[in-house]
Amino acid sequence: MQILRILFLRLLTTLVTLAGVAVIVFFVIRVVPGNPIAMMLPPGATEADVARLSALYGLDKPLPTQFGIWVAGVMQGDFGTSITTRQPVLQLVLSRLPATLELSIMALVMAVILGGIAALVGTRRRGTGTEGAIDIANGMALSVPDFLWGLILILVFGVLVPVFHISGRVTPSLDLPFTTNFYLFESLLRLRFDLWADIVSHMFMPALALAIPLAAIIGQLLKQSLKETMNLDYVTLARTKGYGETRVILREALRNAALPTLTLVGVQFTFLIGGTVIIERLFSYEGLGNMAIDAVINRDLPLIQGIVILFAVIFVAVNMIVDLLYAVLNPRLRHA
Amino acid sequence: MLDGRSMIRRRAGARLWLSALWLGLLCLAAILAPWIAPKDPLAQDLFLGRLPPFWISGSEPGYFLGTDSLGRDVLSRIIHGARVALLVALVAGTITCVVGATLGLLAGFLRGWVDMVISRFIDIWMAFPPVLFSILLIAVLGPGLISIIIAIVVIDWTRFARVVRAEAMAQGAMDYVASARVAGRGRLGTMVREILPNVLPTIVVLLTLEMGIAVIVEAILSFVNLSISTDDPTWGGMIAEGRTSIHQAWWVLVFPLITLFLTVLSFSQLGEGLKDRFDPVLR
Repeated sequence: MQILRILFLRLLTTLVTLAGVAVIVFFVIRVVPGNPIAMMLPPGATEADVARLSALYGLDKPLPTQFGIWVAGVMQGDFGTSITTRQPVLQLVLSRLPATLELSIMALVMAVILGGIAALVGTRRRGTGTEGAIDIANGMALSVPDFLWGLILILVFGVLVPVFHISGRVTPSLDLPFTTNFYLFESLLRLRFDLWADIVSHMFMPALALAIPLAAIIGQLLKQSLKETMNLDYVTLARTKGYGETRVILREALRNAALPTLTLVGVQFTFLIGGTVIIERLFSYEGLGNMAIDAVINRDLPLIQGIVILFAVIFVAVNMIVDLLYAVLNPRLRHA
Repeated sequence: MLDGRSMIRRRAGARLWLSALWLGLLCLAAILAPWIAPKDPLAQDLFLGRLPPFWISGSEPGYFLGTDSLGRDVLSRIIHGARVALLVALVAGTITCVVGATLGLLAGFLRGWVDMVISRFIDIWMAFPPVLFSILLIAVLGPGLISIIIAIVVIDWTRFARVVRAEAMAQGAMDYVASARVAGRGRLGTMVREILPNVLPTIVVLLTLEMGIAVIVEAILSFVNLSISTDDPTWGGMIAEGRTSIHQAWWVLVFPLITLFLTVLSFSQLGEGLKDRFDPVLR
């Protein structure tokens, strides 16, 4: 019952948060100077043309009415029509969402692997120069944001040693037999490893740029809690049983040390998703973030709204999933 | 154990001084830009476009780090770009700090409905992708230095508010606060005279980190072409230009990138170094 109550309260505050995001975005972007309708029409269009088109998109009504219409639409899954492409916003946004999700998840996996290795090696060789080197590398990785790592990666692996693609999501000349936009997963399922390799070599650098700062955070925190766990009695017991140090770390300590890291990874994962906006731009990767920047530049109000709301929903969902995972994995909370 | 600690302290000291040295040099360069920059950062000369830096054949004397596609001197543009970067770091960082720390202090110390309202706003803010939010704000406010500063303050106040709120809450539960109240200090007096000095080290560290973030935000906004006017030299603008001509003239990207990298690293190492200094456990 306790868990249900907490869940209900969580849902309630989440709804308040999303409503807040909706209100702020709606009113902020309506202050944007520059009439999107005037930008759509060819030069020489009359005042009447502008008025007619404004009415079509509902931009002639007072702001509160516009907001009411928009909210009523959103409730029915209608996020309006994009002004520049004249397609439904929901359809546009959902077509780009898979690209961003794949990029974020790949970055998360990379961060967990890199950070995990750093933490494990650092713990295994604690007190040596190796640990010092890992600490310094972690500090550097943490100080510099994804945007700069992206640029450095472009220089190193795009120009100096050109091994990866520096722009796009897939080589345009390739024929894609896909039915969904989850290219990475679908190419695997269809066993098209040639396409899969091409997609990965496009995704590798943007994903790595996003992963580096998060990997540093995971590395630091996990190493810290591993070292604390290594001094606990049950770990000493495992050692006296004659298990090797590596086995003690992997089999005994890791499980308990991973829990505090998990909560943090949740929050940091939302930061990573937020970072996709500029990283996608940097690598000309056709995801949500790139679309969002274009939408802002083109003053495409309905599209901006849709994208920001979608990002907010993703952020909130990630946080809730992490909380649930934490409750499931932490036995103390499960039985409370 | 003692040895390890002194080693950590020595290393922390070294990075503190190195960071301060770089930032000091940068400040000097920014202040003295018109006198020390070898060329006019805006002067174009299409005959001198994409000159390589001095050690590569084909370079032109006087153009130390080469030129961009319009023949503008890269070194001079980096030096002048430091002005925008540092101005944004100082002004935006400080205002963000004051706004965020004040709200955090109020929420953490007064609790009750003040805390409820401020925390709800922090939650809402955390649900916005920050880069997208800043681009949106610049679109609303129009490009320009003031817009960038406003955008940074509006977006980043939560960084201070979250941490200071938690710290103020922890401090507020301590005995010395209760004794200050018993001794007759008012609520506001307690907050300013008792809590604030104890939270101040954290605020200073956050401020240093925020300055690095502000430099990056400015660079990102210039990169998407929404910063100050496109002619004025900014590191982000140079990076954006360098990104497009990366195969023909790598130096247009590399030198501003190195400068930006060192600056951001210095701000953050300065913050980390200060954190170690303030941390009573390490001390």
